[in-house]
Amino acid sequence: MRKKLSEVDSGKLFLSGNEAIARGAWEHGVHFASSYPGTPSTEIMETIGEEYPEIDAQWAPNEKVAMEVIAGASFGGARVLSSMKHVGLNVAADPFFTLSYIGATGGIVIVSADDPGMHSSQNEQDNRLLGRAAKVVILEPADSQEAKDFTGIALEISEMFDTPVMLRVTTRVCHSKSIVEVGPRTNVPVKGYKKDIAKRVPIPANARKMHSRVEARLRALEDWGCDSPLNRIEKGNKSLGIITSGISYQYVKEVHPEASVLKLGLTNPLPWKLIGDFINQVDRIIFVEEGEPYLEERIRSRFLIDAKGCELVSVEGELNPELVRKAIKNGEQIPLTFSDVELPGRPPALCAGCPHRGAFYTLSKMGASSTGDIGCYTLGLMPPYNALETVVCMGAAIGVLAGLEKATGRDEMPRLVSAIGESTFVHSGITGLIDMVYNGNTGTVMIMDNSLTAMTGGQENPTTGKNLRGNPAPVLDLEKMVLACGVKHVRVVDPHDLQEMKKALQEEFDREELSVIITRRPCIMAYKPLRKTVAVHDVEKCVHCRLCARLGCPAISWNKEMKIPVINEMLCWPNCNLCVQVCPKDALSKDLEGVV
Amino acid sequence: MTKVKNVIICGTGGQGILLASEVLCSAAWRSGFDVKKSEVHGMAQRGGSVSSHVRFGEKVSSVLVEKGAADVVLAMEKMEGLRWASYLSPQGRLITCDLVIEPMTVNTGSAEYPDVESIIEAMKIPNLMLPVMTIARELGNLRVVNTILLGAASKLLPEIPLENWFSAIEERVPLKALEINKAAFIRGSGL
Repeated sequence: MRKKLSEVDSGKLFLSGNEAIARGAWEHGVHFASSYPGTPSTEIMETIGEEYPEIDAQWAPNEKVAMEVIAGASFGGARVLSSMKHVGLNVAADPFFTLSYIGATGGIVIVSADDPGMHSSQNEQDNRLLGRAAKVVILEPADSQEAKDFTGIALEISEMFDTPVMLRVTTRVCHSKSIVEVGPRTNVPVKGYKKDIAKRVPIPANARKMHSRVEARLRALEDWGCDSPLNRIEKGNKSLGIITSGISYQYVKEVHPEASVLKLGLTNPLPWKLIGDFINQVDRIIFVEEGEPYLEERIRSRFLIDAKGCELVSVEGELNPELVRKAIKNGEQIPLTFSDVELPGRPPALCAGCPHRGAFYTLSKMGASSTGDIGCYTLGLMPPYNALETVVCMGAAIGVLAGLEKATGRDEMPRLVSAIGESTFVHSGITGLIDMVYNGNTGTVMIMDNSLTAMTGGQENPTTGKNLRGNPAPVLDLEKMVLACGVKHVRVVDPHDLQEMKKALQEEFDREELSVIITRRPCIMAYKPLRKTVAVHDVEKCVHCRLCARLGCPAISWNKEMKIPVINEMLCWPNCNLCVQVCPKDALSKDLEGVV
Repeated sequence: MTKVKNVIICGTGGQGILLASEVLCSAAWRSGFDVKKSEVHGMAQRGGSVSSHVRFGEKVSSVLVEKGAADVVLAMEKMEGLRWASYLSPQGRLITCDLVIEPMTVNTGSAEYPDVESIIEAMKIPNLMLPVMTIARELGNLRVVNTILLGAASKLLPEIPLENWFSAIEERVPLKALEINKAAFIRGSGL
């Protein structure tokens, strides 16, 4: 068996940015970590869970709870970490902002993993703006080595200046791998809890003093940052000076290694003196930053320099070497030998065997649809289902359905249900359901329980019976919880039983009271069937109706010449017989005996 | 400084692209190079287009291959190779295969799967098209498509000695699948 990484205490490892942050937390004595999964941050906690048993690590029901729990652990003198995707920090913003006033007893690192380009997100907010608004320290690593090292420096700054530190990373830092020099764990004692009401209770009289301390610490850090190795000037040709941070730095070095560069690792507060020195050393300045013109606006308003930035490098999408080359080398491009070919898109799709397919197929067949939420089931919006019409944020499926009913009345409302996964429901759907009960809504909420936080790669949550490290945990009883909220009608249905699924939806559509349908069937990542079975097609019986292909199953493709389905044996999921159910002539069959 | 080698491995979610790029990175690192790779996780992995950028050389900065600069585009699905062909440099080569995975847009009838061979020929893209499914069936395992293709790529990456490829495979592939993966690699490199 491969050694755990905690048994490797020197040498070099090939790590992703996320793995390096986990490593940095371990090496620098983090005691406790709590997070909610979210791309591109998820692997930080997964790595801690798998590789570093010295860190007490757990999944929280949502980011706000994670932030509160690490706050408490820091009050108790432990070094702590919480990682989340950019929009996760919105959920945690309330404790985040006030924790900035309270400060850190044990060092606090909050990892904000932003997703420029929206590879797996609903917006591309730049959380440097949020970190600045909260007046916390922001560090931006540019590769895995820095991701590890900056985690350690963040903990030191946190304890030295009594502040939470945001480690702001982006998708290409999180999910890129490079070679990292590693070291052993430094064991830092837990300081213990000391009662200090003036420090930790921000009633107005205390909070005013706290705010003064926050401003003083930012001023102190401005000077500290000028001498810190986090920020550095790389002298080059003085005709062009580039100010950059994070992954953008790597693109700059790639396409223009001769330019002078100010690489900022500490981006709040800014090291003004160092920046002023750099500006004086070069003839002109270009800002290269991914996301918002955060450095550009702050530095230009301070020094009133004529410089270029976001008009050359777009605020939309993520950067890459082509874009940076174009921006800093007057439109230069590598000539293409082969042009782009127009090809059919390959959007993501629900997996073969996915439990959600039965639910969305049925909704679609009934001419019904849903207000949606964040998870794999967001893919219910795709053809052939087209059965998910709104997404706002985690948990919003329920509130949005409630509001639609308030605007139009139930009778006027199209046949809509809330479609929300069990992990998302626990995250922040519960309060929406309480609102529906309290304010007299009558719609139907469909909790899609696949017993896994699936979209982020398959994490445990309070309903799965396991914790982060896979050990047994109490199971949150969704039915009882829904009843306790005051919903009178709750039923559980297997979404792959198409008849039952349809019946449940029809009955709840007809009901004039609020109801909850729990569609329960495990995600295909949650278990491994013991026996491999494949759907078999009988050409003789086939009437070429194409109903099976309209399931939108990746394992079924359509042979146009013969007008028959072709089953992909590698993809066909053993414990699924949706295609068998939709075939009107029994041309598809599957031996399900013994498949669990 | 020696030129950095740029490789793009592409295909669809669930095809073992991430494993193949891990093996390539490990083999390059064992050969004394600085190595970086980049890929995207999350929603894209649900059967969507997936790609992994691998770069190795004396010193690597960018994690992404620049368009027009790839030495090798290694495609685990026929159409996906074509999608990334514009990344090839003038000396670059497309290694692709006859494996077709129809995207949902084709499945549901809203798009047509293109005649990839004809397009490659018309565009004169230097390529190697491997009959991977036939080879995988002969080897007795359909899951070694990625390793067969890696074997083919190894011929275009002579900086990496053969023994480092094998060590990398040993490191990354589970013990019970080791022999068949080695056999797959040899078949790929021999074609």
